[in-house]
Amino acid sequence: MTGYILKRLLSAIPVLLGITVIVFAIMALIPGDPATAILGSYATPENVEKLNRDLGLDKPLVQQYFIWLGNMLGGDFGTSFSLNRPVLDEVVERFGATLVLAGTAFVLCSIFGIVAGVVSAANQYGWGDKGITFAVLLGISIPSFFLGMMMILIFAVKLKWFPVSGMWPIYGDRDLWALLRHLTLPAIALAVVATGVIARLSRSAMLEVLRQDFIRTARAKGVHESGVIWRHALKAAMVSIIPVLGIQAGFVLSGAVYIEIVFQWPGVGRMLVDAILKRDILLVQGGVVLVAACYVLFNIAVDVAQSLLDPRIKT
Amino acid sequence: MSGFLKLLARNRLALAGGIVMALVVLLALVTPLLPLADPDVTNTGARFQPPFSEGALLGTDHLGRDLLSRLLWGTRLSLAVGFAAAIAAATIGAAVGIVSGFYGGRTDNLIMRGVDMLMAFPYILLALAIVAALGPGLLNALIAVAAVNVPFFARNIRGITVGLAHREFVDAARLSGLSNARIILSEILPNVIPVIVIAMSTTIGWMILETAGLSFLGLGSQPPQADLGSMLGEARSALITNPHTSVVPGLMILIIVMSINLLGDGVRDALDPRLKSGALSRPMAATRVDRRGPVPESAGQGLLEVQELQTQFHVKDRVYRAVGGVSLHVEPGECLGLIGESGSGKSVTALSVMGLVASPPGVITGGAVRYEGEDLIGAPYGRLRDMRGRNVAYIFQDPLATLHPLYRVGDQLIEAIRAHRPIGRREGQARALELLKSVRIPNPEKRLTDYPHELSGGMRQRIGIAMALANEPDVIIADEPTTALDVTVQAQILALLDDLRRERGLAIVFITHDFGVVAQLCDRVAVMYAGRIVEEGPTQAILERPLHPYTARLMACVPELGTGKRRLEAIPGLPPVVDRLPKGCAFAERCTRAQPDCRKGEIDLYRAGPRAVRCIHPEAPLQEAAE
Repeated sequence: MTGYILKRLLSAIPVLLGITVIVFAIMALIPGDPATAILGSYATPENVEKLNRDLGLDKPLVQQYFIWLGNMLGGDFGTSFSLNRPVLDEVVERFGATLVLAGTAFVLCSIFGIVAGVVSAANQYGWGDKGITFAVLLGISIPSFFLGMMMILIFAVKLKWFPVSGMWPIYGDRDLWALLRHLTLPAIALAVVATGVIARLSRSAMLEVLRQDFIRTARAKGVHESGVIWRHALKAAMVSIIPVLGIQAGFVLSGAVYIEIVFQWPGVGRMLVDAILKRDILLVQGGVVLVAACYVLFNIAVDVAQSLLDPRIKT
Repeated sequence: MSGFLKLLARNRLALAGGIVMALVVLLALVTPLLPLADPDVTNTGARFQPPFSEGALLGTDHLGRDLLSRLLWGTRLSLAVGFAAAIAAATIGAAVGIVSGFYGGRTDNLIMRGVDMLMAFPYILLALAIVAALGPGLLNALIAVAAVNVPFFARNIRGITVGLAHREFVDAARLSGLSNARIILSEILPNVIPVIVIAMSTTIGWMILETAGLSFLGLGSQPPQADLGSMLGEARSALITNPHTSVVPGLMILIIVMSINLLGDGVRDALDPRLKSGALSRPMAATRVDRRGPVPESAGQGLLEVQELQTQFHVKDRVYRAVGGVSLHVEPGECLGLIGESGSGKSVTALSVMGLVASPPGVITGGAVRYEGEDLIGAPYGRLRDMRGRNVAYIFQDPLATLHPLYRVGDQLIEAIRAHRPIGRREGQARALELLKSVRIPNPEKRLTDYPHELSGGMRQRIGIAMALANEPDVIIADEPTTALDVTVQAQILALLDDLRRERGLAIVFITHDFGVVAQLCDRVAVMYAGRIVEEGPTQAILERPLHPYTARLMACVPELGTGKRRLEAIPGLPPVVDRLPKGCAFAERCTRAQPDCRKGEIDLYRAGPRAVRCIHPEAPLQEAAE
């Protein structure tokens, strides 16, 4: 198993390098002059030239890439001009908040999505199935930012059950209870779409499995129907559900950008949007590379989970 | 095509989605012709008018602009951008996918690596990076959304193209000297277009959401021009005081995306052949029972008694009579062989006993199955479950498919016991070990922790038998347990079953298509054809003197070792399809002894002593054979 994990980690290196190349290439497309963007249009040509030299922008692109890559490997992601602080510090701090939000949403959508899919498949064409199928359709069709706004309106403004926005109360203790109260609405709003997708896929994976011969064997043994569904069928269906969970983690991470804006959550998505609007390129670059790298590592964890579940995978 | 449209129309939800979508598109198309207020003219004196106010049906926004007008113009823009992004992504993605799949080799490798790389991103990061580089704006948002969806199309289309690139018609085109570009345009493209359309129909809703999302973030359309996303984004600051400005565009996005998704699902389902055949239905916990006519009285024969059993498959409006009135019985310690070609209904008969016929489409429509006199067909599911494995156990054909691939065989054995009585971990292990020993598995301690795929076919079947023995049942139904095994292993398994029967007084119903196997193991034989018993009697007597022509032909199919002289004969023709059974004898079409009266009407199962035959022109007179 350790060997397998090591092998997967090694195979991630080219992917990570590819990501840096793509990000660098996109950023190299930027029209105009970053130095002008930083200094503003009233900057003197001398100042612009000096800044370009300081930033290494007068060098050839390939050289620029390797300098940038080397700096990143050394932990230097540059300094955000709009925040005037190291990119790495800012991204790590913001990413922590995003992880709390997206992680909770991911757990929610995995559990509820799988349960809904299993219940739906077990009652195929029954009322439970129809109800869940419709709810799922609604869930994957509603824009998460609109859902978030409506939830604020109903549960925070009208009913006052939860705070309107933010991660922590402005006054008062920063304890777990406060966090949970702030987390509930955004986590649910973020989880809804992925729940729908996972429920859909779990349903069809379960239907596929329920027709297999080993399900008939379990029934012939006299196993209770609940055992047939939740132990035999679900375990086999997990083989096709787990990769979907990996993909949906990416969608949850993506959706977090909208939810962070709607709920004023101090995460990395909101930081990226602000950075784009302020043309703070170094911050965008650093944020994208770090988040993408974390996602690649997460997917390795998914593969490892898959190999733990399925003994037929050669490790 | 018309069949496809019909299928689509039958799906009412998809139809509703299609109608709503058509209305929205129509509305967007005629928007410039409608007498609407200018969407961009501000009137700060009339800010935040509520809906249904004078001159503004949906009210006004924070700058006093007419919401209805802005909504329609915004819808127009959102739809246009969404469709444009979908078409751009599909075109570029398909081009990349076709090139990659058609040329293969290094080109393919390089392109697909790049695609994988792009897919390693959460999509929004890529979209944000592109917008960051190009700057906020609706066109740039469109480019970003199209770009992040290109890999999805490229990968899908490449898969299809790889399959097509090696087909005969493409080879033929190549040999006739067509250029690659011509082949792609004339042979490949027409075949991938349906796939592109399906992929588009399932992603276009998503793309509209994504572009609306970027606009919502302020990275898409810039004021005063507004699509639905930026309307929502601008309304957010007034969410609490004037929620209608948010609700209006938000609901519109929901309606559009939902109707597209409904339509897309309908298109996908209409094109999925498995849905048409009903093959995607889940089998229920027990076979559905819909008995018409009286339940036969128990004749008091045997431990397990099947009486006039009828099992059908209802697929759409066709009815397949898989089992058409079968009666059997088996005594303790006896082995009954049930023999027939594939499709003769022997497995369905066996599975009907414990309600294990997949349902839908299976339905038991008549007869009775009695275990010690108790009718099982009418029994509630709880009773049936309780008896499964405890009184009547099954051994199935292919043990790789019938054992759960992800559980250790020891755990599967213990589970079989636990299904019927509570048993501790240690005791369960000991009992499982004992079971493995009783089926003569070498090194059983080690095998307990193996997974099915780590065992050989013969070992797996021994596990299957051990599992059937777990609760010491009285009846074992073995459904072609040796068919998937090679001959030496087959002989070992048969010997094992024979020993177990003698040691434990098991009643065995042994299903096979092989007379050689029957001769080794069975006391009595019942021969099935087209869902009915055509001959029954003691094994030895039937082997020596088959009465039904079908039995005789079936026996001739088995090569005999050492004799060498007899010709191996296959039976010409195929068994009849069981939804259109002929009148009279079902075998008449393939029978050399058939006379006109064979096709006249129903032929009874004539009995004499231990023998029975359903034939009016048997190979030998029944009475004579019975003596």
